[in-house]
Amino acid sequence: MEDLIRASLDHCIKCTICETVCPVAQVTPLFPGPKYEGPQAERFRLPSGSADASVDYCSGCGLCTQVCPQGVKIAEINSRARAHFKAQKGVSVRDRILARPGLTGRLGTPVAPLANRVMANGTARRLMEKAVGVHHAAPVPVYAGHSFQRWARHHERHASPRLDGRSVVYFHGCSVNWFEPDLGRMVVAVLEHNGVEVKMPRQDCCGLPLQSNGLFDAARRALGRLARDLSAGSAGHAVVASSTSCGVMLKREGREILGLDDDETLRAVGARTFDVCEYLLDLHGQGLLDTGFRPLPLTVIYHAACQQRGHSMGTPALELLRLVPELEVIRSEADCCGMAGTYGLKKEKYDIGMAVGERLFEQVRRVGPDAVACDGETCRWQITKATGRASVHPVELLFRAYGLEL
Amino acid sequence: MSGEGEIVVIGVGLAGLVAALRLAEGGRRVRVLAKGVGSTHLSGATVDVLGYAPFRVRSPAATLPEFAVANPHHPYALMGTAVVDDAVTWLKGRLSNPRYVGDLRRNFLLPTALGVAKPTAVAPQTMAVGDLTHGGCFVIVGLPGLKDFYPALVAGNLGSTVGIAGEAIEARAVDVDLTLDGRVDVGPLAYARRLDDPAFRAQLAARLHGRLGADDMVGLPAVLGLTDAEQAWEELEARLERPVFEIPTLPPSVPGVRLYGALSGALHRLGVSVTIGGEVLGAETHGGRVTGVHTETANGVRFHAAAGVVLATGGWAAGGLEMDSHWVVREPVLGLPVTGIPGGGRRFLPGYFDHHPLASTGVAVEGSLRPVDGDGRVVFTNVRVAGATLAGAEPWKEKSGDGLSLSTGYHAAMSMLAEED
Repeated sequence: MEDLIRASLDHCIKCTICETVCPVAQVTPLFPGPKYEGPQAERFRLPSGSADASVDYCSGCGLCTQVCPQGVKIAEINSRARAHFKAQKGVSVRDRILARPGLTGRLGTPVAPLANRVMANGTARRLMEKAVGVHHAAPVPVYAGHSFQRWARHHERHASPRLDGRSVVYFHGCSVNWFEPDLGRMVVAVLEHNGVEVKMPRQDCCGLPLQSNGLFDAARRALGRLARDLSAGSAGHAVVASSTSCGVMLKREGREILGLDDDETLRAVGARTFDVCEYLLDLHGQGLLDTGFRPLPLTVIYHAACQQRGHSMGTPALELLRLVPELEVIRSEADCCGMAGTYGLKKEKYDIGMAVGERLFEQVRRVGPDAVACDGETCRWQITKATGRASVHPVELLFRAYGLEL
Repeated sequence: MSGEGEIVVIGVGLAGLVAALRLAEGGRRVRVLAKGVGSTHLSGATVDVLGYAPFRVRSPAATLPEFAVANPHHPYALMGTAVVDDAVTWLKGRLSNPRYVGDLRRNFLLPTALGVAKPTAVAPQTMAVGDLTHGGCFVIVGLPGLKDFYPALVAGNLGSTVGIAGEAIEARAVDVDLTLDGRVDVGPLAYARRLDDPAFRAQLAARLHGRLGADDMVGLPAVLGLTDAEQAWEELEARLERPVFEIPTLPPSVPGVRLYGALSGALHRLGVSVTIGGEVLGAETHGGRVTGVHTETANGVRFHAAAGVVLATGGWAAGGLEMDSHWVVREPVLGLPVTGIPGGGRRFLPGYFDHHPLASTGVAVEGSLRPVDGDGRVVFTNVRVAGATLAGAEPWKEKSGDGLSLSTGYHAAMSMLAEED
């Protein structure tokens, strides 16, 4: 698989289509663009990796690979070059921390009120920027103070939902577990409302932030462990993910970027993984989705995040939201919000991320929607921080349109 | 999830975009699936309907009837040449930034990035001003660091050209002194984005104004703004007090990106789902119809039921036609019969403008663009084929590429819409 990724560069015909969509190269000369950084530079790199520092400015959004008409795995080539670069130059303390949301979640949760106060404090954030390099204005998540898993254990003991014989395993990811447990509860409620039993095995990080920060070995261990955890609890059921970036890690990136194509468990779990909106729209296609939505007289912008596009599944969230009466859904005109996982948090990349997101922010300011709907968590935090508008997962709107309550 | 009654359009080049938009406007539910972004980003975004047949064409409208008689298997002949006019009128009604001008009555002669006079019927008005038909004085402006645009080359070649009645063309090159974020190696899009900013436009105009003669027409590489080209162009004309025109560049093509943006934006506003990065791998068929297509997703294959399919996957370069190492030619998505496969081993001849046997290879169709086999029988009744996949045309020789894509995409949609009525 690794050789196939690299060999794909021979399909490059230098058409420059990838250059037209790269959100980073549009706003800074520090990144020379996906074609130069990818298929062109890769030819001259040693097998052990000899990328220059510019590769670290790739945000990993993956748009270049998606638009390439010749099938060149541009983003994957650059992701691996970045890992080699980081292995040679060393990974900073900051990147090692950002790469481990499970660890920071576990540490912060018991002291959530204090941790949240510190993270909201301007002076503390400026000190943090100096000390570790996390930009003082970047959106950091808020600790919920209790984990989703704790609620899940309680729910599994007490729930007696209407069930139609369909079961799924919910891959909730770190952000739902530590920062947005209410979103997880809404996902479960919407699935159960449609007669789907939801199993919630204990699980940890998928390794995506480790991968994007160049820590491939740790990422491989994390993803392998997750695949086994989900497999053990799933008995062949569909795995449903509410984080599009973590979902695509399970579906594709682990095999393609981390080279875990031989991991049978990962292959099997990945092959039956669905984004939650993809799963719900499939239910609708089979006539099994309750479409008795109440009117939601709101205007929302739907932003298909770059990692959402990486699923190559269309925009199921958009199609679901269009089923809700009186909900006006406007499509985002932008390709990327600029956050790209942990990229926009970093001191040296924050301004780039904000410049990338400006097209979306400008549309939000112009339209003035009630909310922005987006499947990616770090994108939602970025959008809310930059525009002051609420940003919600599409499932939250379905939850409200069903008249459900937590 | 595709429901019943959905038309699947495969490909997002000009043919696919036009077919999808016309179908959606006609009230059909449409889903667009594409392996990647298409040829718009590589083309000059002028609508070349018929430039050579075989000599330079002055009026496509006047030439098309005899061209169709002489080339009965050409898509223009099969559809009827009136379609081309309808398609051009339709497209012009959908493009406003920049607006498109011209019609089939006469071709413009517009300068290329090599300074060659190219006959084209319809063009963005930001380009049409550069019409060489009646000669004139032209200044070709070079921007520092801009790759693959050499004003001295353009001016030199233009200077050895004349208008249609022998009018003189005078051309000279000037380079302006501007810096772009300290970059030394700049692509057209980087300039186009900067020129969306009025302050940068003013800076460019100020550097240029004093260096122009009274009768000069000012040719710039086609980078005059990405999101608001119309405004950028008008403003430069006003500031320079002279006609200003764009000359298409090598890829990425800013006018092509604008064209893609206008058409895909219209699709989004009509609620059409456009998925890019999900290659269509194959189809299910039943009783002479395609019932749906399979696309590649991040972790497998997804089925989209289809009431009809428009195949607009392009030609050799885009992968819409393939040839393997045994010289076997195929259409990979629906496995349609490919016609015009040359026997006897010679696929190409020595001269560039020779009639290469491989050149008109493609999928043969009947008048409503349904694919046919070697005996002329329709293969799938609910499929239309549009664009560079079609047999019977030699677009690079005829200068008919975007005209073919536009008119066949349009006709594919119209014949599908007509079938339901």
